Amino acid sequence: MNAIPQLLFDALSLGGIYAMAALGIALIFGVMKLVNFAHGEYIAFCVFALIVPSTDAVAVMFLGKAPAILLIPMLLLIGAVVAVASEFFVFRHVRNATPVAMMISSFALGFVIQNTLLLIYSSRPKAVSLWPELNQPVSIIGASIPLLQIIVIFTTLLVVVTLALLLKRTRIGLEMRAAAENFTMARLLGVRANVVITGAFALSGALAAAVALIMVTQTGVADIRMGGQIMLVAFIATVIGGLGSLPGAVAAGFLIGAASVILQGFLPLEARPFRDAFLYTLVIVSLLLRPDGLFAPRSTKPRV
Amino acid sequence: MAQTHKQKRLSAWSTPVLLIAILVVFTLLVTILGDKSLARMAAQTLIRVTFVVGLWIFVGNSGIVSFGHAGYMAIGAYCSAWLTLRPQMKGMFLPDLWPFLATAEWHVLPAAVVSGLLAAFIALISGAAILRLSGIAASIATFAFLAIVYTVYSSWEGVTGATSSVVGLTRYADQWVTLGWASVTVLAAAWYANSASGLALRASREDEVAADASGINMYRHRLISLVVSAFFTGVAGALFGHSLGVLNPNSFYLGVTFITLAMLVVGGIGSLTGAVMGVLILSIIIEALVRMERGLEIGEATYALPTGAQEIIIGIIMILVLILRPAGLTGGRELRLRIGGR
Repeated sequence: MNAIPQLLFDALSLGGIYAMAALGIALIFGVMKLVNFAHGEYIAFCVFALIVPSTDAVAVMFLGKAPAILLIPMLLLIGAVVAVASEFFVFRHVRNATPVAMMISSFALGFVIQNTLLLIYSSRPKAVSLWPELNQPVSIIGASIPLLQIIVIFTTLLVVVTLALLLKRTRIGLEMRAAAENFTMARLLGVRANVVITGAFALSGALAAAVALIMVTQTGVADIRMGGQIMLVAFIATVIGGLGSLPGAVAAGFLIGAASVILQGFLPLEARPFRDAFLYTLVIVSLLLRPDGLFAPRSTKPRV
Repeated sequence: MAQTHKQKRLSAWSTPVLLIAILVVFTLLVTILGDKSLARMAAQTLIRVTFVVGLWIFVGNSGIVSFGHAGYMAIGAYCSAWLTLRPQMKGMFLPDLWPFLATAEWHVLPAAVVSGLLAAFIALISGAAILRLSGIAASIATFAFLAIVYTVYSSWEGVTGATSSVVGLTRYADQWVTLGWASVTVLAAAWYANSASGLALRASREDEVAADASGINMYRHRLISLVVSAFFTGVAGALFGHSLGVLNPNSFYLGVTFITLAMLVVGGIGSLTGAVMGVLILSIIIEALVRMERGLEIGEATYALPTGAQEIIIGIIMILVLILRPAGLTGGRELRLRIGGR
């Protein structure tokens, strides 16, 4: 038995997915203090863009037929377009509202996207086979691990490193960091608000598309509800990590992934269906101990 | 001076009276003019009034958006089912109930009250932890609470029936019973909002720091309002179960959370009138859309909206209201009579 490396890889790959989703939410929160509940629906939208609109149980590939080299950039682009469009049509108009009103408008937008998908594709989960060969196990240090898990881990690393470089080395990155620190001041110093916010939404949407690709390959189903679950976890990760802190979001994403895999592995059998209840209890405990998050940036503390 | 104060108190009390009058007129109109399905819709609407006004007691006064109230609703609904279902049925479908509950066969009214009390008790425990947080962290924590309740109720096979529905509840919650509870809830909400605790809490909603500096213990008042609020959402849950006759954990998750928040936001979070009017307006729109989904005959042709269009339109209405009138349709104002001249 090689349970420990197996668990390690499970934790890293699950955490990687959570971390990418959390990054998408934290990016937007950083620039406009919007808690974007529609993020999960961006993921669902990208998943369903892969298949032909129909209500059948087995999906016919639409975009999914394209070779990977075309498919991946195309889907990332779709994710970015959806996110930017939602900013243009909804969030731009509530930018000056209270954070609560913005949060509820994103909740409403998510509801609209979800029900539009429901209308077109019906609520039945569909079997999708995208790159099934990636689920074949390979053995590493004695544990047999699906190739996909390794790809997920490397993709997460790649995304985090690219994003870090983008934020630290490019002008738009600098502007985004400035906007996250103090949006009003940044605007006074010549940062173009619309460019920064649109950029953040585009990146966030592309991240949602990446998560969508990974989830479809991993689970082999397209389900309307798949976005909701991951969004909830991603939110919690951004709050635990400290709202607005990007490294915090990534770290907390991995932390939740690890906690969930460990609970799954070590809880007694009869308590396992309640795993999520334990997980969310841990979340509340963590919030109580560190209300501002584990890695809170200084700018989130309100000044009197 | 004392005179104007008295007048203000009196005129504040005219709000719940007017709102209850509106609810009574609504119920009478539906009962007289409508058919059976419309009467059922009225009962559902009044249950939503009970729920949303209960939710408002916390959200409206504290300013913290709660995503967790559907959880208190689930707790109330299942508690009432445990207390009122016939013991033979419980033995068959819910075999792991504690002996006391397994043999209980209560009258529906005390069962509804106890269901509310259980929800309030859970609110006391969960709120004691969650309300130490503030702002968005508190909202996310209420979301975590909802997810906990949902996970427990949809996995605890022998006690809640898990994802297979609990059936056979007496369907006593018609439009008159629900009208009674909705009125009680409106009265209680007005009483709380005008009580010392409610006023202190609203002061903290407007300015946390200033309220803190004036010696208001924000945590305590938030907890009090959450407990009161959870009692009525628990009762709304019990009524919900006894109106449909069927319980399923999925009825108490994101769908109901969204639609009730939508009603509160469309009406206006800031006022009790907003909470009641939001429910009435959106419920009427939903009913109209549902009928349009079934098909509308104009001349010889039948026009029907595609199924599911109703949710999309509700979402769009909500976004438009948020963009055009961020404080909701009532804009935080109350419906009230001016008693005595100025």
